[in-house]
Amino acid sequence: MTNANPTPTARYRIETKTRAPHAAGVAGCLLVAVLLALPAFAARDLIEDMIFVLYMAALAQCWNLLAGYAGLVSVGQQAFVGLGGYLLFALTNIAGIDPLIAIVLAGAISAAFALPTARVVFRLRGAYFAIGTWVVAEVYRLVFAQFKQLGGGTGTSLPPSITNEVFGINLIKTLFDVSTPAARDIITYWIALLLAIATLALVYFILRSRLGLALGAIRDSEHAAESVGVDNDRVKLGIYVITAAVTGMIGALIYLQKARISPDAAFSVLDWTPYLIFIVVIGGIGTIEGPMLGTIVFYMMQRNLASFGAWYLILLGALAIAVMLFAPKGLWGYVSESYGFVLFPIRRRLVVKNND
Amino acid sequence: MALLETRGLTASYGDFQALYGIDTILQAGETVAIIGANGAGKSTYLKAIAGLIRARAESVWFDGEPIGATPAAEIMKRGIALVPEGRRLFPSLTVEENLLIGRYGRNAPGPWSLDRIYALFPAVRARRHSASTTLSGGEQQMTAIGRALISNPRLLLCDEISLGLAPIVVRGLYDALPQIKAAGTSVVLVEQDIVQAIKVSDRIYCFQEGRLSLSGRPDQLSRDQIHLAYFGI
Amino acid sequence: MTVWADALIQGILLGGLYALFAAGLSLIFGIMRLVNLAHGDLIVLAAFVILTLAAWLGLDPFAAAIAALPIMFAAGFALQYLLLNRTLGRGLLPPLLITFGLSIIIENGLLELFSADSERLHAGAIETASIMLSSEISIGVVPLLTLGSAIAVIFVLNFIFYRTALGRAFRATADDLEIAQLMGIDHPRIFSVAMGLCFVVVTIAALYLGMRANFDPTIGPGRLLYAFEAVIIGGLGSLWGTLAGGIILGVAQTVGAQINPEWQILSGHVAFLAVLILKPRGLFPRAAD
Repeated sequence: MTNANPTPTARYRIETKTRAPHAAGVAGCLLVAVLLALPAFAARDLIEDMIFVLYMAALAQCWNLLAGYAGLVSVGQQAFVGLGGYLLFALTNIAGIDPLIAIVLAGAISAAFALPTARVVFRLRGAYFAIGTWVVAEVYRLVFAQFKQLGGGTGTSLPPSITNEVFGINLIKTLFDVSTPAARDIITYWIALLLAIATLALVYFILRSRLGLALGAIRDSEHAAESVGVDNDRVKLGIYVITAAVTGMIGALIYLQKARISPDAAFSVLDWTPYLIFIVVIGGIGTIEGPMLGTIVFYMMQRNLASFGAWYLILLGALAIAVMLFAPKGLWGYVSESYGFVLFPIRRRLVVKNND
Repeated sequence: MALLETRGLTASYGDFQALYGIDTILQAGETVAIIGANGAGKSTYLKAIAGLIRARAESVWFDGEPIGATPAAEIMKRGIALVPEGRRLFPSLTVEENLLIGRYGRNAPGPWSLDRIYALFPAVRARRHSASTTLSGGEQQMTAIGRALISNPRLLLCDEISLGLAPIVVRGLYDALPQIKAAGTSVVLVEQDIVQAIKVSDRIYCFQEGRLSLSGRPDQLSRDQIHLAYFGI
Repeated sequence: MTVWADALIQGILLGGLYALFAAGLSLIFGIMRLVNLAHGDLIVLAAFVILTLAAWLGLDPFAAAIAALPIMFAAGFALQYLLLNRTLGRGLLPPLLITFGLSIIIENGLLELFSADSERLHAGAIETASIMLSSEISIGVVPLLTLGSAIAVIFVLNFIFYRTALGRAFRATADDLEIAQLMGIDHPRIFSVAMGLCFVVVTIAALYLGMRANFDPTIGPGRLLYAFEAVIIGGLGSLWGTLAGGIILGVAQTVGAQINPEWQILSGHVAFLAVLILKPRGLFPRAAD
């Protein structure tokens, strides 16, 4: 038996690049440029709508990271939205801090609150965890309703001395020749855009990092992940805290724009969670592109159908059920699997090169 | 007409094929032993008959009816009872409740009443109100067999009842088999313990990597033949 | 001193209502590991069904509730058989998200059908009837009936669970679905029967909810939270534990309200969180887990 060939040595490489992203990257940059310049030619209505779209997109990315990757289905994100809002009011109204800095601080403090909160809710699993997060949000609501300095049960408003003095507002007034409230909207819009892009980037880089590898493992099988050394609890805590920080910042931004806060509104489950769930489920859970697509679909529906009130919500609920039953990977999942598209490459592929 | 017949039975777990066209026959009243190494497909064979695994409808025939695609709950009602691998008693139920649940889907007349089962396995009667998790391995196995018998099945399928048990306990179990046979129940035994299996069976099939490697009556097969069929070497 | 005794007694009676809310949730989780996020909305739905039947048939709430029982059993059976069975065994997200969607649909459907107006189940004189325990403490007849019904419901459920063939089938299916099939148990049907049973309990809860206080389509989620808290405080896997959990929750709320009326609901949440932190498995969990 002749065997003169030595066994080939193989080289391995891990790749995430795919073809579509290059084109998508260029398109993305163009889109960002357009969005940045939007205030120069868009009506105030559109700016306000876009603010809503942008922060829903950011919230959806957070919720998707929690539920689609870390397996933490939270029905209580409104806890951090409201917390961020109240922190903004407290920091600006009481501590006299500039609103833009207050937004960042709100994020940091929300993360601090998330730590003890997690210690409590993480004692619950699965659906009980979900309801537990809801209870926590309720506790936040009821506690904040006790603070008379923040308006108690009826809430409070931001005085013009704060809303009119936001950093950069005068510059924008002259630049775009708009009124003070419109100028504030433009600043809010840019911050929302920044937050949305930053959240997207954060999620993308997390998923490409070692943490992302751990998350993917947890998503697929918690047991298996533990068995290869992933510390499930630490990973989940990390994600919970990070998303709390982002959600807190968004909450601060939302209430800067609204300029009025009350416990019932800020911590309302119905104002946020059903929409978030809808966005992520319809768009595609467990992917980065999914929530983006879901936000766009949601915005279209919101614009055209919101006037139908209760029927609109019934439709949302029915659609979410139908998608979960028949197309659990959502719209993006369906597209991605049929055509092999990926805009944000995070899937790791093993490339083997044989030396011959 | 044979009571049980498999014709070209194939089964897969996802991409992994476990059975490659198995033909077997069992006549009413017979005890058939299926032997083979781990992973040969013996449990898969039983699960396919019991309906836990779907197969082509015509690949399994019971009493002249094609049952290959019939779900497990249905098959149980027709009179096939499986004693699953690893006993798998219900932890929330007491010993007696475990026995009684065996006839939930089919309460057919026949020799196997609660009393008769307790007579067959006195050790189980002593523990009838205990939580099933507190029983020894042998007692659990007896309970699992009783749970299958209480529905008065026409065909009893036993998946590795000797697994994990001390030889003396296994002998006790196998001493009970002639009584089961005498009551008219047909039995298919999947076993790794060849010695015991050969002693009680009318016919033997040997599986090797999903295929039949040997079949025949125990008194007509030599040790070497069985060895070859089992190990493939 | 008597104000505290009164708060305690009222809390125990309130606990009966919470135990009724929780019993269905506990039952379903015990049998099929499903947490129905629409559970609170189903209680409200049942209240509206009773209200409607009472109006159409000219019945008092008790009779209307009895008439509603078979309808609700069938509705629960159908919901499980047609929709919820498809969510099981597919991981964590589908049941959660689908029952959440269901919650939205029920709540908004009720809003469309009945508007957001508050409703009440009027039972006549019995609403205000009370028994004097002492010169200063009186017990309302309706709250007493509520507690009595809660005890009776849990007694019956336990009886079914531990003394009937159906209950054996429930427990076996919850233990080991695959082997339960080998017993001839058709688990889609068993689960549907369980959900039907849950809807019956929900209807009884709705009867007492509607008689005790005003209800409208939006209060569902709040009832879910109380039910959930009662289950967790009591401990998973034990129906009597759920009763205890409901009572503890009720007492926490009434005692808190005694200290400061604004703190009623918050006190309940605090008690829940305290149990969660100190005894995460609840106060009376089932031993085997």
